[in-house]
Amino acid sequence: MARKSAPDDLLAPLTLAVGQEELLLDRAVAQVVAAARAADPDTDVRDLAPGALQPGTLAELTTPSLFAERKVVVVRAAQDLAADTVKDVKAYIAAPADEVVLVLVHAGGAKGKGLLDAARKAGAREVACPKMAKAGERLAFVKGEFRTAGRSASEEACRALLDSIGSDLRELAAAVGQLAADTDGPIDEAVIARYYSGRAEATGFEVADLAVTGRTAEALERLRWALAVGQPPTGITYALASGVRSIGRLATAGRGMRPADLARELGMPPWKVDRVRQQMRGWTGDGVATALTAIAAADEAVKGGSDDPAYALERAVVTVSRAARSGRNH
Amino acid sequence: MSVWDDLVGQERAVEQLTTAAVAARAVVAAGRGAPTGPGSGSAMTHAWLFTGPPGAGQATAARAFAAALQCTSPDLDLGGTPGCGFCDGCHTVLAGSHADVKTVRNDGLSIPVRDMRELVLRASSYPTGGRWSAILLDDAHRLTEQAANALLKGVEEPSPRTVWLLCAPSVQDVLPTIRSRCRLLVLRTPPTAAVADMLVRRDGVDPALADLAARASQGDLDRARRLAVDEQVRSRRADVLRIPLEVADVGGCLTAAQRLVDTAKQDAEQLAGTRDAKETDDLKAAYGASEGLGGRAPRGMAGAIKELEKRQKSRATRTRRETLGVALGELLGFYRDVLALQLGSTGELANEDQRPALQRVAAAGPPESTLRRMEAVLACRTALDRNVDPLLAVEAMTLALRAG
Ligand SMILES: [Zn+2]
Repeated sequence: MARKSAPDDLLAPLTLAVGQEELLLDRAVAQVVAAARAADPDTDVRDLAPGALQPGTLAELTTPSLFAERKVVVVRAAQDLAADTVKDVKAYIAAPADEVVLVLVHAGGAKGKGLLDAARKAGAREVACPKMAKAGERLAFVKGEFRTAGRSASEEACRALLDSIGSDLRELAAAVGQLAADTDGPIDEAVIARYYSGRAEATGFEVADLAVTGRTAEALERLRWALAVGQPPTGITYALASGVRSIGRLATAGRGMRPADLARELGMPPWKVDRVRQQMRGWTGDGVATALTAIAAADEAVKGGSDDPAYALERAVVTVSRAARSGRNH
Repeated sequence: MSVWDDLVGQERAVEQLTTAAVAARAVVAAGRGAPTGPGSGSAMTHAWLFTGPPGAGQATAARAFAAALQCTSPDLDLGGTPGCGFCDGCHTVLAGSHADVKTVRNDGLSIPVRDMRELVLRASSYPTGGRWSAILLDDAHRLTEQAANALLKGVEEPSPRTVWLLCAPSVQDVLPTIRSRCRLLVLRTPPTAAVADMLVRRDGVDPALADLAARASQGDLDRARRLAVDEQVRSRRADVLRIPLEVADVGGCLTAAQRLVDTAKQDAEQLAGTRDAKETDDLKAAYGASEGLGGRAPRGMAGAIKELEKRQKSRATRTRRETLGVALGELLGFYRDVLALQLGSTGELANEDQRPALQRVAAAGPPESTLRRMEAVLACRTALDRNVDPLLAVEAMTLALRAG
C-alpha cells in the first residue's frame, strides 16, 4: 500500500474531494488549482464536466508532453463514471504520472465505491466535504469563514448572520466576504443588525440606481443579492418606480427653474436633483413610459404570487436599464 | 306617496315586490309561514337577493319591501296595496326603528362571524308585531367565509315568519349555496330622465344641473345626488376629466397620476377621521361597565380595539381603491363618449357638458387608439384589484393614455 499523502500536501498526485456540499467541493478543487499555479503559472488545468471522461481520455491527458508542463486534471462526479473508464482511472492511480495532479470529485455514497476504495488504498489525499445538516456545523463554518478572512466575529454575530441568511453555505460565505470587505473592526451583533436590517431598502435603491443608469449586468447581480438576503420584492419594485419616476419628472420640469425651486417642485432634496440629472442622460419619454409599465407589471406579478417573482423582477430590471439607453443611439 | 318613492325607474321590481307583499299578507291572515325556496310557486318567499348595477338602489328596494311587509294601513282591508308610506308600520321601518326589522348596515367593515350567528339566532324568534321578522343585509358579498356559513344556516332552515333580504352587486358575488335558496330581484339601470326628475323633485336641484348629474352618473343614484348637491364632488369630476387633455407628455402623465392618487388618499383619510374615532369610542363605551375601577382597561378590550383597528385599516385601503375606481369609471365614460363621436353614433353622451374636450380628443386619433386607452383604464382597475401600488398602477395607465 502506498504511503498516504498528508492533508496539507496540495500537490499530492491524487486528491479525493468527498461529499455533497457543492461549495466545499468547489473549494477543494480551487485550492489544488491555486497551489499548482503558484508552483507553476503555466499549469494546464483540465476541469472535466461529469461525463466528459471517456475510456482513453485520461491516458491521453496524462501522457507526458514534450514541454513537461505541470497539469491538473479534475474529474467531476467520479461516482458516475462508466465501468470502462473506472478501469482506466484505477490503472492510472496505481502508476501516476509525474507533474500531474489528479482530483477526483466524488459524492461518497455507495455508488462508485470501488473507485473510492482504490483511491484511498493508493494513498490519496482526502478532503471531506459533507453536507452541513446541523445548525452547530453551520455555526462552525461561519466562524471558520470569518477566521479565514482574517476577521474576528463574536458568537452572537455569527448566530445573527445565520438567522438573517439561512442555511445555504454559498450565501453564507458570500455574506461573510461582503461583511469582511465592507466593514472595519470587530464584527458584533450590532454590525450584523445594521448591515442586514438597513439593507432591505438600501439594496432596492442600489438596484434601481444601477438599472436607471443602464448598467444591466450589475443591476441584475445586485438584484440577486438583494433577494438572497431576503429583501421583499415589493421593496424593489418600489425603489425602481421611484427611480424612474424621478427621472420622468425632472426631465419634464420647467426649464430655467432655480435649483431650489426645482427641488421644491419635485419634492426632492437639491443633492438628489443633481444626481437624478446625471442619471437622466440617455432617457427618452417613451423610455420612461416603457419602464414604468414594466415595473407595474412586475409589481403585479410579485403581489399576485407569481410562480417566479425573481424572474418578474429581472425582466423589469432589464427593461429599465435598456430604457435608460434608449436615447443614446439616436 | 308610498314606500316605493325612492326607487327610480324600477317599475317592474316594484310590481313584483308589491305582489309578494300582498301574498305575504295572505300568509299572515291564514296564520301560516312563508313558502320556502325560490321555486315555491308563491309570490312570497323567505329569502330574497337584491342585485343590480351600482347605485341602482338595492338597499332602498329591500327596505321598501320590508316596510310593505309591515304596512298596517286601514286601506288594505279595502283592497289597497301594502306599502302606503303613511302608517305606523311603513313609517317606523323607513325610519329604521321597527322592532321586527333588523338592518345590518354597510359601514364598509365585513361582518364578524360572531355577529352573524347572533343575527341568525335572532331571526328565528317570532315577530313581536305578529307579521314578519325581516333582516336586511347590505353588502351580502362582503361576508367572511365563516359568516357566510352562519348565514347559510339561517336561510337553509328558515323560521316560518322570517324573511331575509340580502343585497349584493351581482349574483356572482354571492356564494352559490346561499343564492340558490334566494329569490332573485334584479334592478335595472335607471333611465337618465327618471334620475334627473328625481333630483329635481326630491332634492330641489336646478333642472340643468340635474340633467348633467344624471347623465354623468350613468345610472348610479347615489353618485347622481352627490354630483348634484356637492360642489366638491363636481370639482373632483372636472379634475378627472381634465386628464385626457393633460397626458400629452410624460410630465403631464406623472403629475396627473400623482394628483389622482393623492386625492383618493385624502378622501380615505377624511372618511376615516370622522368614522374611526367614533367607532373606537363606541367600542370602549360598550366595555365601559367596569370603567373607573382603578383605571385598568376592562378584560378583552385591548384585543377588541386591535381587531377594530385592523378592520378600519382595511376599510381605508378599500375607500382609497373605491375613490380611484370612481375616477377610472369617469375616464372610461369619457373615452366611451370619444368613441361614440369617432364612430358617428347619435346616442346621448354621458359627458355632454364636456363636448369640446371630447371632440378635441376624438379628432386627434382613430377609434383604435380610443379602444386601446379604454383597455389601459380597465387594466389599471385590474392592477388595483391585485394590490399593485396605486401610484404605479395609475402612472402606467396615464402613460398608456398618452402614447399614439
Ligand atoms: Zn303602510
